[in-house]
Amino acid sequence: MSKSDCIVFHDAAVRRGERIIWQHGTFSIPSGSVTAIVGTNGTGKTTMMKAELGLLPLAAGSLTVLGKPAGSMNHQIGYVPQSYASDIDSNLTAEQSVLLGLTGTRFGIHMITKAQRAKAREAMEFTGIADKAKYRLSELSGGLRQRVAIAQALVCDPKLLMLDEPLANLDLASQRSTVHVLAKLNQELGMTIQVVAHDLNMLLPILTGAVYLLDGHPHYADMGKVLDSDLLTHLYGTQVQVVTTPQGDMFVTPTPDEPRNQTQDMHSADEVAQMHHHVHASTNSDR
Amino acid sequence: MNTIDFSFDPEWMDTLTAPFMANAFAAGLFIALAAGVMGYFTIARHSTFAAHALAHIGLPGATGAVLLGVPVSLGMGAFALGGALVIGALGKRVSEREIATGTVLAFATGLGLFFARLSSSASQQMQSILFGSILTITTDQIIGFAVFDALLLVLLAVIYRPLLFSSLDEQVAQAKGVPIGLMNVAFMAIMAGVITIAVPAVGTLLIFALVITPAATANILAGSPFKAMVIASVLCLTSIWLGLVLSAMFPAPPSFIIVTLSTLFWAIAKGVNTLKTR
Repeated sequence: MSKSDCIVFHDAAVRRGERIIWQHGTFSIPSGSVTAIVGTNGTGKTTMMKAELGLLPLAAGSLTVLGKPAGSMNHQIGYVPQSYASDIDSNLTAEQSVLLGLTGTRFGIHMITKAQRAKAREAMEFTGIADKAKYRLSELSGGLRQRVAIAQALVCDPKLLMLDEPLANLDLASQRSTVHVLAKLNQELGMTIQVVAHDLNMLLPILTGAVYLLDGHPHYADMGKVLDSDLLTHLYGTQVQVVTTPQGDMFVTPTPDEPRNQTQDMHSADEVAQMHHHVHASTNSDR
Repeated sequence: MNTIDFSFDPEWMDTLTAPFMANAFAAGLFIALAAGVMGYFTIARHSTFAAHALAHIGLPGATGAVLLGVPVSLGMGAFALGGALVIGALGKRVSEREIATGTVLAFATGLGLFFARLSSSASQQMQSILFGSILTITTDQIIGFAVFDALLLVLLAVIYRPLLFSSLDEQVAQAKGVPIGLMNVAFMAIMAGVITIAVPAVGTLLIFALVITPAATANILAGSPFKAMVIASVLCLTSIWLGLVLSAMFPAPPSFIIVTLSTLFWAIAKGVNTLKTR
C-alpha cells in the first residue's frame, strides 16, 4: 500500500445473512482520483460505500480509508446518500441544512457562530446555490437539492467525497451542473471523489477510474481499461458498445438488439461470486 | 339538556378566576412548551402516527391504574413509555410502519375499554381519559408537569443538535458518528412523557391536534428548527389559553375549543401558504 492511496481493499468481503454480496476485493484507489462504482442492480454498489464508511462490517479481509480502518476517518469524509422522497416535504432552509453538516454531531449547547455561517456560505457558493440559502428544500428542484446536499458534505472540509447515485432522477441540465461541481472540487481542491453510478456517460469526462462489481468480485481499473465493449457487455449483462465520436467524446451505448448466437448470463451476482476466485498478483499491478 | 345552549355566560370572569382555572392555565403553559418542541422533532422524524399511537397504548395503562387505585398519569406514563421503548428499539424505520403501529393502537384501545369495564370508577373516568378534562388538573399534577419540563430542557440542551441531525438526515448523521439508535430511543421515551402530560388536557383521542398540529403550522411559518419550535409552543399555548377563556364565556367543552383553535390556525396557515405559492 502506497501513501498516495486513499482507499485500500485487501481480500475484503461483505455478506448479508448467508448471502455473499461480494468477496475477494483486493485493489486500491489513489488519492485525487474520481472513481465510479459501477455494476448492475443488486451487485452491492451502495453496500460497498457503506463498508467504506464503516457502517457495514466486513465478513473477511481489511479495508483502509484515508490511512485508517474504515469508519475511523469519517470526519474527513463528505457523504451524500441517495436522495429519497423525504427531502421533498422538508421545510428546512438550504442554509440550515448545510449548517447541520458542521454542527449536527455536537452534544451540548452551541450557538451557531459567524465563522460557521461564513463556512456554510462558502460551501454554498462553491456549489452555486448561495442565492438559494433562504429557500426551503421543498421549494428547490431535485438538482438544487442535490447541490445543497453536496454543500452540506463539503462544509467540514473533507478529503474524500462519496456520493450515492448523485445523478439519479435529475434532468440533463442538473446532471451536467452536478458533474461540473464535482470536477471543480477535484481540480481546485484536489478532493478524492467516489460516485456510485449506473449510467457512466455523464461522468466519463471526469472519471479517472472505476470500481466494477463483476461476478461478485470488485475490481478497480483505470478508465482506459474499463471502456472496453466486452467488459461492459459482461458487466451490464446486455450488449454494450463504446462509441467514440469524431470530436473524441466517448459514449457507452447499448446495441440496438441482442445478437442471436449469444446467450445471456442469467446467474445472479452472488451465485457467480461462489464460482471462481481471481488470484491477484499484486495490488497495484495495473498501474 | 336536550338543546344545545351556546349563549354567552355573563359571569365568565368569575369562572376564569376560580382556583381550578389557575391550575388549568399553568398546565397549559407546561404542556405547550413540551408539545411545541417535541412536535417539531416528531414531524421531522416522520413519526407522527407513532406518537398518536403512543397515546392509545397509554389508554389501558390509564384505565388499569384506576382499576388498581393508583394515579392515572402513572399508569398512562408506564404504558406509553413501555410502548415507546419497544417502538424505539425497533428503529426509526419501524415507527414508520403504519400497519404494525395501527394494529397495536387498536388492540391497546380495546384493552383500555376492557379494563375500564372491570370497575365502575374506571368506567366513569373513561370519558375524561379519552377526551381530556383540563379543568380537573390537580396541583400535584402541575408539579409533575413542571419537573418533566425541566428534565426535558436539560436533556435537550445536551442532545439537541445530534437529535436534530438524526431526525432530518439520518444516513449522513449515522456516517458522521451520531448514535442514531440511542437518539431514536431517547426521542420515543421523551415522546411518551409529552403524551402523558398532554393527555389530561385534551385526552388520548384529540392529542394529535395539540402535539402535532401546532408544529405543522409552525413548519409552514418558519424554516429554522429553533424558530419553528418556539412558534409551535406559542401556538399551542394560545390554543389552550384562548380555549379556556372561550369555554368560560360559552358553555362548550374546553377540549373541543382547544382542538378547534389549533386546527383553525393550521388551516389558515395552510390556506394562505397555498395561495402564496400558487
